[in-house]
Amino acid sequence: MTTTATDSPKAQTPQDFHSGLIVRWCPGCGDYAILAAVQKVLAERGKAPHEYTFVSGIGCSSRFPLYMSTYGFHSIHGRALAVATGVKAANPKQEVWVITGDGDCLSIGGNHFIHALRRNQDFKILLFNNEIYGLTKGQYSPTSRFGMVNKSAPYGTIDEPVSPIKLALAAGATFVARTADNDMAHMAETFRRAAEHKGSAFIEILQNCVIFNDKVFEEYYGVKTRKDTLVYLHHGQPVLYGKTVEKGLAVDGFNFKSVDASQKDQVYVHDEHEPTGTVANMLAGLSHPESPVPLGVFRCVERPAYHEMMYAQVESARKANGEPDLGKLLKGPKTWTVS
Amino acid sequence: MSTVTDEGILGNTEKHDIQELDEVTILFAGDSGDGMQVTGSQFTDASVVFGNDISTFPDFPAEIRAPQGTLAGVSAYQLHFSNHDIRTPGDRIDTLVAMNAAALKKYLPELDKGGILIVDKAGFGPNELKKVEYKSNPLEDGTLGDYRLVAVDITPQTIAAVRPAGLTGRNAERCKNFYTLGVVYYLYDRPLEPTFDEIRKRFAKKEPVIAEANIAAIQAGYNFAHTIELFKVTYRVKRAIFDPGMYRNISGNLATAMGVAAAASKSGRKVFFGSYPITPASDILHELSRLKHFGVLTFQAEDEIAAVASAVGASYGGVLGVTCSSGPGIALKSEAINLAVMTELPLVVINVQRSGPSTGMPTKTEQADLLMALFGRNSDSPIPVIAPATPGECFECVYEAARIAVKYMTPVMFLSDGYLGNGAEPWKIPDPEKLKGFDFGWGLDPASFKPYARNPETGARAWPIPGTPGLNNRITGIEKEENTGKISYDHENHERMTKARYQKVANIAQEIPASSVYGAQEGDLLVLSWGGTYGAALTAAETVFKMGKKIGHLHLRWLNPLPPDLGDIIKRYKKVVVPEINTGQLAYHLRGTFGIPVESYGRVRGKAFTVGELVTLFNSLLV
Repeated sequence: MTTTATDSPKAQTPQDFHSGLIVRWCPGCGDYAILAAVQKVLAERGKAPHEYTFVSGIGCSSRFPLYMSTYGFHSIHGRALAVATGVKAANPKQEVWVITGDGDCLSIGGNHFIHALRRNQDFKILLFNNEIYGLTKGQYSPTSRFGMVNKSAPYGTIDEPVSPIKLALAAGATFVARTADNDMAHMAETFRRAAEHKGSAFIEILQNCVIFNDKVFEEYYGVKTRKDTLVYLHHGQPVLYGKTVEKGLAVDGFNFKSVDASQKDQVYVHDEHEPTGTVANMLAGLSHPESPVPLGVFRCVERPAYHEMMYAQVESARKANGEPDLGKLLKGPKTWTVS
Repeated sequence: MSTVTDEGILGNTEKHDIQELDEVTILFAGDSGDGMQVTGSQFTDASVVFGNDISTFPDFPAEIRAPQGTLAGVSAYQLHFSNHDIRTPGDRIDTLVAMNAAALKKYLPELDKGGILIVDKAGFGPNELKKVEYKSNPLEDGTLGDYRLVAVDITPQTIAAVRPAGLTGRNAERCKNFYTLGVVYYLYDRPLEPTFDEIRKRFAKKEPVIAEANIAAIQAGYNFAHTIELFKVTYRVKRAIFDPGMYRNISGNLATAMGVAAAASKSGRKVFFGSYPITPASDILHELSRLKHFGVLTFQAEDEIAAVASAVGASYGGVLGVTCSSGPGIALKSEAINLAVMTELPLVVINVQRSGPSTGMPTKTEQADLLMALFGRNSDSPIPVIAPATPGECFECVYEAARIAVKYMTPVMFLSDGYLGNGAEPWKIPDPEKLKGFDFGWGLDPASFKPYARNPETGARAWPIPGTPGLNNRITGIEKEENTGKISYDHENHERMTKARYQKVANIAQEIPASSVYGAQEGDLLVLSWGGTYGAALTAAETVFKMGKKIGHLHLRWLNPLPPDLGDIIKRYKKVVVPEINTGQLAYHLRGTFGIPVESYGRVRGKAFTVGELVTLFNSLLV
């Protein structure tokens, strides 16, 4: 890819983050909005494009880094998080963003997903979840709904879908959020939060595939219905929803139930920092049509990032062993001299 | 045989025979828990400090603790020491130490007729015999008549010897390997003090009782052998003549780890070492994990793919990515190695080959990943391949792999094997100041930077570091336009880029010095070897050459590219033979490259060649 001439330290406009390459997603694809939201948030933050590295695997969404004016590595299927691990270790000052899809991240790359999160690798991980394989033209993905009929499942899928949020929580992710490609303001706010998080920031983006899985989220994230079918999580605030904010979610055993918003003592007050992650996991279990689907930050806790601990060990090894002395290393504990 | 006054450790002055020998091969064998690796390495240390040349090879089971007393559980350590230059751990055994019936059964076929056989009687009880299907006790039934059998009550004597130090029961019994060491020290006239010092250094602070017990056990074994005149004759192997310099003993895996650390140190860029544990390569990960202060970032990945992919990412990030595994793990890495081929990033792939296919025999050696190294990736994807000849050479070869990877912006495969990795030899310590420098930093002027512009001398692209203003670039595994690196599906461009990647690797031939052939420079037979077969092939060729035959030997360090003068050298001989620990992979490659007939001698027994079998082979081809 070419170098951008506009890489000044004071990049201020979303356009400064565009590589100049013509974006070639399908017309109407949700990816356009996500790209715009990322570029908008980065422009606000004041860091220059060269301070970022975007890493991706393979899939429609993984073309994303090629459209950015930052450093970028479009790698191989499923391995974005593994590649990013090396990028960050080599170059800890770089802010590393990983762009991945439901197949790339949760199927072929599922193992790396678990391990990147448990290590608290300092990546912003954007999962473009469209519940389908797009680039290979329409096979079911690990998030496709049970029974879905598609090219590789003409009689319907018999695979139970995985919940990206639950998987991330189980892996020990320190920041877990969900947003939607049709809500620019919410995406931008979520990306801002992620960018400021130290450690793994995982965001599931409900992303519409206009060709192979069009309107899969429409029933609950559609603009007309979403006040009743989505619920927005805000730290320290009661979890309320409904056209006139008349409903709330209350803890009911190991689940949530819908209650009248007036029952203030019953409505759950969202706590991102809840240490066990149990409530976040309960929220992740809410699905359409039984319940409103939560958007926002499920969990945000602090833990040292992997690269910090890695470099701390290098530093302490240097303190313990003194400056590296290659000659001494080669000699080892026991030598003899032949004259 | 000469009779000399023995002023041994006891100050006794009685006379007995001491015979001078040029070389000796001992094999210590026992149950996995018997401490045979420790015994072997102690004898090795004593020998190198004394000044012998040595070559060693440990042979242990894959199981951590296989059932006691079984053939599967036998762990052995072979040691060849001499007063002259040697290159292999020895063809046949002169002295076999067998701590139990299983060890005897497994290794007796390798003991020379007339050889010394030291056994622990306690390892030959009814149970032990039954486990290995001995119908009668070989110590008593006369079947060992061809050997000089020395059966000792090692176990009870050890227990008695260490009691004063305060050890009893199982802990006392565990010292029997040191008692045995004492017996063998007496047999080969080794000084005891260096070993005592070593033991004190290792144990005295934390476990003074263990230190004293081990010393007592060695002394007891030595005294016993001396007092009862266990051996009619003892032996002495004089110092070998080495090039002047400072030496140490080194294994191939340790040398490999130090070569990686040296690359981190000398390049001025760190090394990122991504690895997943696998036999027989894990020692390299262990060692480098301790060398973080040399600028080695070690990462134990979740799997082989993450290990290599993270290394590729690190190379994009501006440090040298290194990954390490053995055959099955390398197979998993091939897609990510190709990502480095396609994006043109430096990467060192260390393959400590083992016997396969699939899981194969993990602790046994083989050289059968050569064709995988050369061709085992999708599409046209040449990478340079380098193979060390000796344990010590692992150091300079992996360092060279790193230097070439950076200079030519390519993955380099380093093919070691279990025999080299675990084998050890004296190593003349190199001067780090004399290591070649690293060559990068070309093409990084922001005004003219193009991600896929090529250095005219090497064909390599530039190596920008993320975070540098003005060098922002995006790379991809998709085919790219020349110079700009933009995605390109253009037909002619793809062919040009494929050729450019091929030519870049071919250019590495300019780094290979002129080949040096041992023996006849032209004539009847050229022996071509690569990797760990070097010692046996050269020694055998030397033997046959000294018989007056027109035989030459050439060892290949680079398998891709091949030395530029190889084609001419091959033409000077009537026949070419390649002995290798596979079914004929280099032979196959040479036939394809040069279009000439090549004799192949491929054996896959999970062990190295003996010199003897190669001498026979070469003579048979010279009829």
